[in-house]
Amino acid sequence: MADVKEKLKVSEYAAPRVTIDQTREPIVVVDDLHIKYRVYGAGGKGNAASAFIRVLRREHRPTMKVVHAIRGLSFVAYKGDAIGVIGTNGSGKSTLLKAIAGLLPPESGGVYTSGQPSLLGVNAALMNDLTGERNIVLGCLAMGMSPDQVKQKYDEIVKFAGLKEGFIQLPMRAYSSGMGSRLRFAIAASKSHDVLLIDEALATGDAKFRRKSAKKIDELREEAGAVFLVAHQLDSIREMCNRVLWIDEGTLVMDGETDAVVDAYTEATGK
Amino acid sequence: MNGHGSLADFATAQGLKQSAARPPMGSYIRQVWQRRHFIWAFASAKNIAMYTESRLGQVWQVLTPLLNAAVYYLIFGLLLGVSRGLPRNTFIPFLVCGVFVFTFTQRSVQTGAKSVGDNLSLIRALHFPRASLPLAYTIIELQQLLVSMVVLFVIVLGFGEPLTLDWLLLIPVLMMQVLFNVGMSLVLARIGAFNRDIQQLLPFIMRTWLYFSGIIYSLSGLMKSPKIHHHPWIGHVLEANPGYVYVELSRLSILDSYRGYVHEKLHEQTDHLWWYGLGWAIVVFVVGFWFFFRAEERYGRG
Repeated sequence: MADVKEKLKVSEYAAPRVTIDQTREPIVVVDDLHIKYRVYGAGGKGNAASAFIRVLRREHRPTMKVVHAIRGLSFVAYKGDAIGVIGTNGSGKSTLLKAIAGLLPPESGGVYTSGQPSLLGVNAALMNDLTGERNIVLGCLAMGMSPDQVKQKYDEIVKFAGLKEGFIQLPMRAYSSGMGSRLRFAIAASKSHDVLLIDEALATGDAKFRRKSAKKIDELREEAGAVFLVAHQLDSIREMCNRVLWIDEGTLVMDGETDAVVDAYTEATGK
Repeated sequence: MNGHGSLADFATAQGLKQSAARPPMGSYIRQVWQRRHFIWAFASAKNIAMYTESRLGQVWQVLTPLLNAAVYYLIFGLLLGVSRGLPRNTFIPFLVCGVFVFTFTQRSVQTGAKSVGDNLSLIRALHFPRASLPLAYTIIELQQLLVSMVVLFVIVLGFGEPLTLDWLLLIPVLMMQVLFNVGMSLVLARIGAFNRDIQQLLPFIMRTWLYFSGIIYSLSGLMKSPKIHHHPWIGHVLEANPGYVYVELSRLSILDSYRGYVHEKLHEQTDHLWWYGLGWAIVVFVVGFWFFFRAEERYGRG
């Protein structure tokens, strides 16, 4: 516990000042956010006898580890922003998106949003044992559409996902990862979201689909609040975003215009 | 806190809300009601998907309860020839009715405990009131029960029971049982979401409950036995068990010979069972919903 407190101090010191733009309408406010999560099953002896002794001694699971993933992040996102989030693997990008979506509880600090954020992740499979068709219907109903609205949107979603003939009748487990992510994106994008968080969900799509989704993200931005995009392909960030957050080790390194931040990031990572 | 307080104040002043907070109860109930189409469609889709891997497909929905009934007939009817003091030809319909109705509660509890854990990807992908999931799992079991009921009707009529107006009483009985099961499923869903160990324990708990619920014997008959007769409170406690209440009310509705046996031969009153049934349904449903709701913002995390 002692070293956790230590880290808290360090990040408090490092937390960047946030200037508030009074002329624009804020949609996401992240205030000195700290996220820690507990990971189970990280090694350790796994037999019944040692587990039993552990229970008798009232010890915690030795295999539990606390990861301090976000260490004091603050920023304000405004209506109409498309924000790219970049950083090396394990820098806390996905954790940040999950926190904005309200799926990870903050250890301290807070995330404030206007409306309901929706997270679209690469692993966010819907129901793999059901057909694409049923996934569309169920996904739309779960997002709160009425059956009539689903009927209206159905063709649009199928067309946008651009699946090969007949695949819509197959269970989603038969889809390639690219096809699956296209369908998921198409379902999520069929509704306007207050805040849309996209976590590498477009990475597996082909060039044609990336162009289509870039257009769709532009539309969603106009209709709704803000879009957050995590991607490793810097050109798609340049294409779609007007602002970029560069994150490293859970802290904010840079926050600003796309080109400036991406250039600095490219230089720092030595590409 | 170098100016961080002001950022939070700024957010609240602008009308932004904490993203990990749960909505107030009223709007939560409205959200669940709005998802009713989702709940029904989800249940139907899962029900269909359950058998897609097998060659016979949907036929299994009918075949499973039928085979269940056949096993009981083989063991209790043909091999053991048990009748447990019941009139001839009543025991098999009595047993099959008990098993089917109790299975509904048993399966709702067991699948409810898994409903959050098995759908983490859905929970993390889309935003919807999480209570939809245990609700949908109870609906899946209800759909299965309705198929089993058709099988049961055929068996009951086949054993020579008459078709009477009392059969209509089965509808309110099952409605109360649905409420009770939804409540149980919600409670177990919350427990199961944070403590996976419960899934290993549940089969034993459920089997013990089954043996206490007068499924394979008649509790009314047992209460007349000399041992219990001197300690009437044992009977009163066993009788208040919801697992027994819904099963017994179903039997009294559709088994004419059993109704006659309980009322005329044993001189047992059964009207109070309706009050037990209603009480359990309302209390467990309300408490279950509240209990599940209290952890709404924590499901699917980690």
